[in-house]
Amino acid sequence: MTATQLQPFLEMRGIVKRFPGVLALNGVDLTVYAGEVHVLLGENGAGKSTLIKILSGVFPPDSGTILFQGRPVTIRNPHDAQLLGVSTIYQELNLVPDMTVAENIFLGREPMLLRRFGLVDHKLLVRQARELLASLNLQIDPQAVVKRLGIAQQQMVEIAKALSLNSRLIVMDEPTAVLTAHEIDQLFSAIAELKQRGVAIVYISHRLDEVKTLGDRATVLRDGTWVDTVRVADTSIDQLIRMMVGRDLMEKFPKIQVALGDEVLRVEQLSRKGVLHDISFHLRRGEILGIAGLVGAGRTEMARAIFGADPFDAGQVLMHGQPVDIKSPAHAIHKGIALVPEDRKRHGILAHLSIKHNITLSALGAFSRGGFINRQQEHTHAQDYAASMRIAAPDIERWVHYLSGGNQQKVVIAKWLSSQADIFLFDEPTRGIDVAAKVEVYQLMNELLKRGSAIIMISSELPEILGMSDRILVMRGGRICGEFLRAEATEENILDRALRGAPDNQSAMETNVTNGDMT
Amino acid sequence: MSNAPAGDIATQPAAATHSHRFVVMLRRLPWGRIGMPLVLIAMAVFFGTINPNFWSVTNLTNVSRQISVLALISIGQTFAILSAGIDLSVGSLLALVSVACAQGMLEFGLVGGIVVGVLAGCLAGLVNGILIAKARIPAFIATLGMLVAARGLALTLSGGLPIAGLPHEFLFIGAGYLGPFPVPSVIAAVAFVVAYVLLSRTRFGRYVYAMGSNEEAAVLSGINVVKYKIMVYVVSGLFAGIAGVVLTSRVISGQPTLGEVQELYSIAAVVIGGGKITGGVGGIGRTLMGVLVLGMLSNGLNLIQVSSYVQNIVVGAIIIIAVYIDLARERRR
Repeated sequence: MTATQLQPFLEMRGIVKRFPGVLALNGVDLTVYAGEVHVLLGENGAGKSTLIKILSGVFPPDSGTILFQGRPVTIRNPHDAQLLGVSTIYQELNLVPDMTVAENIFLGREPMLLRRFGLVDHKLLVRQARELLASLNLQIDPQAVVKRLGIAQQQMVEIAKALSLNSRLIVMDEPTAVLTAHEIDQLFSAIAELKQRGVAIVYISHRLDEVKTLGDRATVLRDGTWVDTVRVADTSIDQLIRMMVGRDLMEKFPKIQVALGDEVLRVEQLSRKGVLHDISFHLRRGEILGIAGLVGAGRTEMARAIFGADPFDAGQVLMHGQPVDIKSPAHAIHKGIALVPEDRKRHGILAHLSIKHNITLSALGAFSRGGFINRQQEHTHAQDYAASMRIAAPDIERWVHYLSGGNQQKVVIAKWLSSQADIFLFDEPTRGIDVAAKVEVYQLMNELLKRGSAIIMISSELPEILGMSDRILVMRGGRICGEFLRAEATEENILDRALRGAPDNQSAMETNVTNGDMT
Repeated sequence: MSNAPAGDIATQPAAATHSHRFVVMLRRLPWGRIGMPLVLIAMAVFFGTINPNFWSVTNLTNVSRQISVLALISIGQTFAILSAGIDLSVGSLLALVSVACAQGMLEFGLVGGIVVGVLAGCLAGLVNGILIAKARIPAFIATLGMLVAARGLALTLSGGLPIAGLPHEFLFIGAGYLGPFPVPSVIAAVAFVVAYVLLSRTRFGRYVYAMGSNEEAAVLSGINVVKYKIMVYVVSGLFAGIAGVVLTSRVISGQPTLGEVQELYSIAAVVIGGGKITGGVGGIGRTLMGVLVLGMLSNGLNLIQVSSYVQNIVVGAIIIIAVYIDLARERRR
């Protein structure tokens, strides 16, 4: 990196931001040069999002200075940020789903045919969009409706949009969280192209391996304070982790072995037209069954079908050897099944309910008589779970909305622990939560196993699958195309199955690969 | 507190310390809880200063009687809005209930008529609930249909004419007293207590909030959303039924034209009190505040002789201001 000799593109100095009850940022510095990928690291709640939101004008800092190319500026709103050349690509993408790619890219800046009458020059719009996409080597049809694109392509559209705004600093907030390996490659080559053009990138990710491949420098935050800014090439992953958590993590995957017990769940030839095909497997007490596969392989759909959230056409589910006909999530919960969903915000948390009410929601029956809730019992119960899960919040009356992602996930898990389930379906249990919280989730799984529960863990993170599973199923195109025991599984053989399917019918399934989302 | 909100404090640090502390203290007050009661007190002081009659027992008794019908339908509306729905039909239901109650009373006697009236409200609510929860018609549309249809049904059943000849004892419900308290006010007060208990102490109440906050998550948490949604609209219909009976007694006849635009005032009461129109946030206490604001406003403006035309302007402005303040507070968090 020779960039250090130049004037920085962005300097944030001594940024302080206080929210009611929390000091979110306490004198944080961030310096970013043109053409570098600057990684922002820290656990959930460390202040990364707050810093980014200040930079992109969502809210102002309480104190501190921001310099662009040495010039002090005030960013009052997102428009100011845009004028300074800052674009932010959030995890929840900001595209209009029913409009085309071209319309999205030039939203609010459409080329006009007759300005006075507000007529949009559609041909020019499409042509400009096509040129822009081509310059980024993106194979996206400018006239495609955005909601029909995959998430990765939508992200590329956001990047194209940022470039069309002449952005010189692009903030990416966990862009790879929802991408498959192949899509991640696409994103990385787009990022390389951006660097070439001298665009600065502030990159937030929890995946430390990709930080190593991608990052030039990294700034680590912890509890709202600046810890260090380092050159990524000179720093090991372990060192980064230590800076983030402030201590050594004993183990990334604290896997324990529990003696396997009876079969608790058996799925036979579960099928749903166009989504799931002949899914068969079994699950035993004390076991973690990992489900690997690409996004869209039908893993979430399978979990939802077992949980009664989606119907299926054929096949059956047996619990403890008895066939069960689960018609609804309520029924599944009654039978002792829990589902920790993939999309925490949409399916997991009830944002405007308190921590307490979230935790007890599925177990109210246990604290009720004749429909009336015993509030004392409820409170004690929620308090116990919040404490044992180490949910970080001033009190359990607080809205879940105000918690960090990791704490929200703990609330969702606490809800299911309360429901007295003994079969747990975890769908991406550690997505978007920080390293320390991840380990806590794994330890929780261990506790469940010790209690005699059984776990199905869907995950797109291979290290997690390999680190925690006793047995691994690989899914592709709605089918199970591989099964490995813990001892025989490697990243290579799982990925091979996930990408190419089972050895005997690899060609037959080639056509099925992109068809994960049925509408 | 180094990051004081105002820059001018830095220029005169010594003098500002006290007022600064005061500002900080003010900011820390739980405005969400005490804001509306303070507004009510301010309004009462304002109206009472201009016209001391405002404070007379007769007048306050009148206010409590006048707001009882709005109070009852607003309670039902609270359930609907909390569950992320809405019930536009409650105004028309007042008319339908009134006609059903009067006809039932002529047919089956006093108690029979009251039962028929309340049941008519529940039944209409059940239809609303089934349309919304089972047929998945958006609540706005389903209850809009009911708004038009219930009014039509009331007019059809009554032939468009008032139904007179109701027993004299029926007057007790609308015009009688229990001790010093008007009967409608007592009914509304009891209804508030019952609704408060339902919402804050029962599983049903908790599930209403859960559905309103995040319906998909509620389903995945094992809540039978179809059942509880239907219950929400039956409850709303029930309270409209009780309100309809009270109103019928006050006019001592079945009237197919009662209750026009009352549904909008009930929605206004919920949002003025601080209920979120998209559901999940609010409560029966807040709705009570909203009802009191609307009731006191119309009474007070009458007493200080503001024309009813101008009153509408004021009420409209209050609705918007109340919601704006809520939004602004939420943004600051």
